[in-house]
Amino acid sequence: MIKHSNKTYWIGFCVVLALLIVAPLVLPEFWRRFLTEILIWGLLAMSSDILIGYTGMISFGHSAFFGLGMYGAAAALLLVSPPNMWIAIGFGLVAAAIVSLFVAYFSTRLRDIYFAITTLIFSQIFYVIIFTWTEVTGGENGLAFSRPQLSIPGIYSTPFTTETLHWFVLAVVTASYLILRRVTQSPFGMVLQSIRENEPRTRAIGYPVERYKIVAVMLSGLFAGLAGVLYAIQNKFAAPDFVYFLISGETVIFNVMGGIGTLVGPIVGAGFFLMLRELLSRMFGDQFPYLIPLGFIFIAMIIFLPQGLLGFARRWLNR
Amino acid sequence: MDTLVHFFQSIPYDQIVIQTMNGIVTGMILALVASGLTLIFGIMDVVNFAHGELFMLGAYVGVIVLVATGSFWMALVLASLVVAILGAALQIVTLRPLIGRDPLNTILATFGISLILQNYALWQFGPVARKINEPITTHFNLFYLEYPWYRLVIAALSAAIIGSFWLFLKYGKFGVWIRATTQDRVMAQAMGIPVPWVHTGVFAIGAGMAAASGVLFGPLVGVNHAMGLDWVLKAFIVVVVGGMGNLGGSIAAAIFISLLESYASIWMNPSQAVIVSFVVLILTLLFRPTGLFVPTPK
Repeated sequence: MIKHSNKTYWIGFCVVLALLIVAPLVLPEFWRRFLTEILIWGLLAMSSDILIGYTGMISFGHSAFFGLGMYGAAAALLLVSPPNMWIAIGFGLVAAAIVSLFVAYFSTRLRDIYFAITTLIFSQIFYVIIFTWTEVTGGENGLAFSRPQLSIPGIYSTPFTTETLHWFVLAVVTASYLILRRVTQSPFGMVLQSIRENEPRTRAIGYPVERYKIVAVMLSGLFAGLAGVLYAIQNKFAAPDFVYFLISGETVIFNVMGGIGTLVGPIVGAGFFLMLRELLSRMFGDQFPYLIPLGFIFIAMIIFLPQGLLGFARRWLNR
Repeated sequence: MDTLVHFFQSIPYDQIVIQTMNGIVTGMILALVASGLTLIFGIMDVVNFAHGELFMLGAYVGVIVLVATGSFWMALVLASLVVAILGAALQIVTLRPLIGRDPLNTILATFGISLILQNYALWQFGPVARKINEPITTHFNLFYLEYPWYRLVIAALSAAIIGSFWLFLKYGKFGVWIRATTQDRVMAQAMGIPVPWVHTGVFAIGAGMAAASGVLFGPLVGVNHAMGLDWVLKAFIVVVVGGMGNLGGSIAAAIFISLLESYASIWMNPSQAVIVSFVVLILTLLFRPTGLFVPTPK
C-alpha cells in the first residue's frame, strides 16, 4: 500500500513538473510571467508552511525574510559589477539568515498567539527601518537595478529570457520543495511535528524544543529569503512594500487556502489566490477592491474547509 | 561639576512637560483601545486582529454622523453603538463557529475580517483623509504653545469610560457574568450563565470602546483607511507588555509606552519613535515574558 501510494506520488510529481516545464513554450507572454510569479509566491508560502503546518506556529512576519532577501540581492546587484546572479543569491540568503536568526531568537520564547504577534511586530520594525533609512534603502521609492545574467560560473552565461527565467525559477522551487520534503520526513521534521502535536510532552521526552524552533524559523526564513531573491531577479526592483505586513498576511492566506502541512498546498493556494485576483480585476477593473471578496472566501474556508483546497481534494479522491 | 550644571541646563524642561501631556493623552486613548483587546483575549482566547479596523470604522462613522447632525457628542455615542452592533454581528457570524477549534484559527478569521473592513473603507471613502472638527476649540497657554483643552478632555473622557467599565465589571450583573466566564468557562455555563452571549457581549463592548477611541482621536489626526494597523500594533505591544488578559496592566503599559514614545520624539522624528516601543517589547520578552505590570508569578 505504501509502495503503491509512493509510486502514484512520483508519477503525479513528474506529470506536474513536465507540465510546468512545457508551459512557457505554449503560454502567451503575460501568462508566462504570471506562472513564474505564482511559483515565486508559492515558494514563499511553502517556506512558511514549515512553521504553520509542521511546527504549529503561525508566522505573521514572513515579509521581513522575503523583503530582506530582496534587499540583499539588490545590494549585491548594485555593488558588485558586473552583476552576478550567484552573488545576489548568496547576499540575499545571508541577509535573510541574519534577520531570521534575530527574529527566531526572540520570538521562539513565546507560543501560539504571542509568536504570531511578535513576528508581526518584528516585520514591522524592519519595515520602519527600511522605509525611513532613505540613504541606503532608497526609502519609499525602493531600489532599481538591472537583471543579472543566467550563468554557470566559468562555463556558460546568457541573458535571461522569460522562458529561461521561468525554467530557472522552476528549478529553484522544485529543488527547494524536494529539500523541504526531505526535511519534513527526516527525524528533525518528526520532532517539529511532535512539537505541533504536544509541546510539553516533546520537552518532557528530552528534546530541546527552543533549539528546534529556532532552527525551524531559520530554515523557513532562508527559503523565504530565496523567494525574495527570485522576485528581485524577476522584477528588477526592491521596494519597502514587500516588507510590509500585507505580504505576510497574503502568505498566511496562501497557506490556508491551499492546505497547511502539505508543502504543495501553499503553491496551489498562491495560484488560486493570484488567479482569482487577476480574474476579479479583469471583470471589474483595476480599482476593484479584490481583497473584499477574497477576504470573504478566506473566512468561509477557515470555517468550512479548514483543510484547504488540497486537503479537500484529497478527502474527496479517497472517498 | 561644570559639566553637570551644563547638563541640567541643556534639558529642555518645557518640551518635557509638553511631551508628558501628549504622552498621557495618547496613552489614555491607547488604554481604551487595548483594554477592549485584552478583555476579548482574556475571556475567549481570541486575538482580535480586526480591532484596529473597528477603531478606524468608528472614526468614519463618527465623520458621517458629524456631517449629518453637526454634533460631536452625538457622533461619539452613535459611532460606538453602530460599531458595537457590527462587532456583535461579526462575532456571531465568524467567531462562534470556531469555538472549540484551535485558537490560532481565530487569529486567521479576524485577520480576514480586518482585510475586508480596511478595503471596504478604502473603497467607500477613498484614500483622502477626512477631518473631524474639535468640539472644544479653546486653548490655554503652556510655555510657547497654545495647548488645546480638547486634548485634556480626551484624556479625561477615556479615563471616565475605562473607569465606568471597571465599575460595570465589578458591580453590574453582566459584568459579574463576564468575570465568572473569564475565570472558569465550564463552571459558568453550569451555573446558568449564557456563555455564548457573554462572548458576543464582550466582543461588542470591546468594539464599541475601540470605536469611541477612534472618534475621540479623530480630531488630532486625519481619519484614513490605514490608521487601524498602527493602532492595533501598538495595542498588541501594550497588551503583551502589560500581560495578556490583564486590564490594569494594559492601562499602565499603555501610558508607559506612550510617554516613552513622546519623550523619544523630542530627539528623533516621530516615525522612528515607534522603534522605542519595539525595543520595550523586545526587552520585556527577554527579561519578563509574562508582562511588565503583573505580579511575579509564584
